[in-house]
Amino acid sequence: MKGYKIAVLSGKGGTGKTTVSSNLAKIQKSIYVDCDIEEPNGYLFLKPEIEKVKDVNVMIPSIDYDKCTLCGECTRACRFGALTKLIKKILVFDHLCHSCGACYEICPYNAINEIPKKIGAIRVGRSDDIDFIDGKLNIGEASGVPIIKEIKNLIKDTDKNVIIDSPPGTSCSVIHSIEGSDYCLLVTEPTPYGLHDLKLAVELVKEMNLPFVVIINKSGEEDSIIENYCKEESINVLAKIPFKKEYAELYSKGNLLIKEDDEIRHTFENLSQKLMELIGK
Amino acid sequence: MKIAISSEGDNLNSNVNSRFGRARYFIVVDTESMNYKAIGKTAASSAGGAGTKAAQLLLDEGVDSIISSNVGPNALEVFQAAGISVYKSINDTIEKNVEEFKKGTLEKIELPTNNGHHGEH
Ligand code: SF4
Ligand code: SF4
Repeated sequence: MKGYKIAVLSGKGGTGKTTVSSNLAKIQKSIYVDCDIEEPNGYLFLKPEIEKVKDVNVMIPSIDYDKCTLCGECTRACRFGALTKLIKKILVFDHLCHSCGACYEICPYNAINEIPKKIGAIRVGRSDDIDFIDGKLNIGEASGVPIIKEIKNLIKDTDKNVIIDSPPGTSCSVIHSIEGSDYCLLVTEPTPYGLHDLKLAVELVKEMNLPFVVIINKSGEEDSIIENYCKEESINVLAKIPFKKEYAELYSKGNLLIKEDDEIRHTFENLSQKLMELIGK
Repeated sequence: MKIAISSEGDNLNSNVNSRFGRARYFIVVDTESMNYKAIGKTAASSAGGAGTKAAQLLLDEGVDSIISSNVGPNALEVFQAAGISVYKSINDTIEKNVEEFKKGTLEKIELPTNNGHHGEH
């Protein structure tokens, strides 16, 4: 039987996305997958032993000047402005290239070769009793989608449950990260900004037709900001993670909350159980 | 000499637009005759690379110098490779900028030394 894929996302960074995904993965003994490739930080808490590192390459153009007539077709074909024609050469901005292939297609003289370029890497390992995967995009690269696709490929057929820590925001990389998930957890904070970003995330998962619930992190007196909205929209608030100074301290030291605090462990056990019931339905 | 200025509008009385890659128009002026033509930017897409696309447009016009501000590192690299000088615009009309250019008072923009890898999303 195939395992469930649960994507954890939020409208922006720093809402507790990693806290929720890493602790939940540990409780459930799921595979933890960090798709937040621009700033993966799950490893700080899960402290995995890395067993394998795999480079992720994309293909970028390289001009063969024995054949190139400087006709300029390729520069016009590139939607990303990655090619510029000068008087004597074609300037390739490889970090703007999205590897779309349009330039190879269009060149009338077969003067463009594809060469591989490393844009980042995937790491696979173990954190005690759970599997760990994360990806990292090199700084300045155009798109992390190729890395996310490779990660998704690795977990495609596993029979274990998977927790996907997705990138913040609502960009292409988020869409690719959460695509095909069985359930989405939207993590938010009870602040006006939190609500604003939550709405964006809700819009996205609705558009993608993915079932979802909300988790309030740093829960406290202001929860009604989120709860009122969820009530209006008939959205299920599955769990609340209270705000405590001790949690912030544990977090800043890179400790998993469930390992250090029974109360929070209980919160996550509950969350996991309710979530499984929902998915089972 | 042929110079291009990033502009808000399509004539010499228009104000400069300080954002090179996002300018709606470029005014290409012949500094001797003051004849000019406006290029409405066709490549104003959001797919990224707006700076290099605008740079290509101006290369194809055969301009010798650019007057603008906030020229991104990629576009600057294009201009440098093509031997085109880039000058910093003053917040005034196109005509006034051309005058200042002729007097030689505009500041030249050089390629930043840390021109490594800048994402343009
Ligand atoms: S399309 Fe081919 S021949 Fe034309 S400029 Fe590009 S690489 Fe050169
Ligand atoms: S592969 Fe696509 S994005 Fe890359 S240079 Fe060619 S046309 Fe541009």
